[in-house]
Amino acid sequence: MSLLEIKNLTVSFDTAAGPFMAVQGIDLSVEPREVLAIVGESGSGKSVSMLAVMGLLPNTATVKADRMAFDGVDLLKLSPSERRKIVGKDISMIFQEPIASLNPCFTVGFQIEEVLRFHMGMDRAQRRARAIELMKLVGIADPEERLSSFPHQMSGGQCQRVMIAIAIACNPKLLIADEPTTALDVTIQKQILDLLVSLQAKYGMGLIMITHNMGVVAETADRVIVQYKGRKMEEADVLSLFESPKSNYTRALLSALPENAVGDRLPTVSDMLFEPAPSAAGASA
Amino acid sequence: MSTTVLEGKNIVRDYHIGGGLFTGPRTVHAVKGVSFTVDKGKTLAIVGESGCGKSTLARIITLIDPATSGELFIDGNKVDIAKGGLTREMRRKVQIVFQNPYGSLNPRQKIGDVLGEPLLINTDRSAAERRDLAMQMLKKVGLGHEHYNRYPHMFSGGQRQRIAIARALMLNPSLLVLDEPVSALDLSVQAQVLNLLADLQDEFQLTYVFISHDLSVVRYIADDVMVMYFGEAVEYGSRDEVFADPKHSYTRTLFAATPRADVASIKARLAKKKAA
Repeated sequence: MSLLEIKNLTVSFDTAAGPFMAVQGIDLSVEPREVLAIVGESGSGKSVSMLAVMGLLPNTATVKADRMAFDGVDLLKLSPSERRKIVGKDISMIFQEPIASLNPCFTVGFQIEEVLRFHMGMDRAQRRARAIELMKLVGIADPEERLSSFPHQMSGGQCQRVMIAIAIACNPKLLIADEPTTALDVTIQKQILDLLVSLQAKYGMGLIMITHNMGVVAETADRVIVQYKGRKMEEADVLSLFESPKSNYTRALLSALPENAVGDRLPTVSDMLFEPAPSAAGASA
Repeated sequence: MSTTVLEGKNIVRDYHIGGGLFTGPRTVHAVKGVSFTVDKGKTLAIVGESGCGKSTLARIITLIDPATSGELFIDGNKVDIAKGGLTREMRRKVQIVFQNPYGSLNPRQKIGDVLGEPLLINTDRSAAERRDLAMQMLKKVGLGHEHYNRYPHMFSGGQRQRIAIARALMLNPSLLVLDEPVSALDLSVQAQVLNLLADLQDEFQLTYVFISHDLSVVRYIADDVMVMYFGEAVEYGSRDEVFADPKHSYTRTLFAATPRADVASIKARLAKKKAA
């Protein structure tokens, strides 16, 4: 059984100019212990579809799906309070901007322990022990000292480590990482990616990696979904995606990588994208 | 024949941080004696992680901040903004494009005015001439006449970066400093902007100082590469030298950390994963 199974997900936002379709009929599934990468440019709906899974979209969004099941439980039928018991515990998410997504008013220790209190019902001593264990796990030196640091006292890489600690605090079955390394330097990016992949292997989590960086995909993913303007362009395992991309869009995206430049000019996506969006086949709107 | 457009000799920049109630004053050595030369029509890439002093160096080259010590020559003339003001002529020669195209354009200024302003301040051209030049520049960076009267929020990130480049080119500079011009852009848009920069360099014989932390972009665009680490230039040489045979251990760390998107390294990773 798939860990996460989504069929025909559609997300639209109400705007002054009428509904805007951010995600149009995406099918997606993640197996246990699998690393799935979702690749696309900004505006391709990759974050929105995962926020829909988490139930974190604002009221202006309308989420429709034929099926959205996590571990056999239909997420669409759950009440908000039942859903909150799953989100943050069995499914958790790491966001793009580590410094902005931590609360500046509380110590990182408090923010890690908050999850443990809410979902695991641990007492104070247990929470502190577990928080120290988590800080060690994500590679923060002096965890006892660091628990009482505020986010602004830590670097971007360390804040991202704290975010990861919060996300894995309750041993989730599925971890969604939304551009976890975009704001970080390459050397720190490498450390964070290695950490995520090793934790994923150690605890047998499913991992969804949202990114626009083809290098990150190549370094982490088992399977890849390429999205463009809210539609799925291609789904393949990582090797065949890079070896023989099927859709024109993927081919264009790969050839726009600076390391693949032939001669003086880089091919751009508009040079190569003859294929119009599959409006007739894909969307029922 | 090549002429040197930019030369820096042993440039140092210290920041003095005044002491607070409980702390004494201290000095941060942001740039510790960096030397470089760039010839006309060439690109020098400066690589390094955040906090290594590359943006401080960019501010010194752009004549925004003075260097604490060291000598800076632009087109063979020594420039020192700590002593005495700058002539209009000097200001015209060096222009900068900033990292974030969302933050570097005034949201209340129309694109036409954005492009006309450098001419208004630095030249005596009439309004009609300014308008004509701005229109021409819009065309050159791949935008159209219809964009002249629009506001920045009506443009995408890639288009805004084109506008920022157009603004920098309005005064026919000889040297353009690009501070991470593509790191906020998507892959496909990044390719378009890099192509535009290459075209403009050919057309106007521009000299670029290109600041980046993305090695794949640097490898594509640079002629010379300087790697900075904690304010020092740990590696400086031609692109092929640096990429083929990195001397300093930090450069090697940087190369090892850059994700590789080729089939061979994916195969290696998958094989390793299977074995584990």
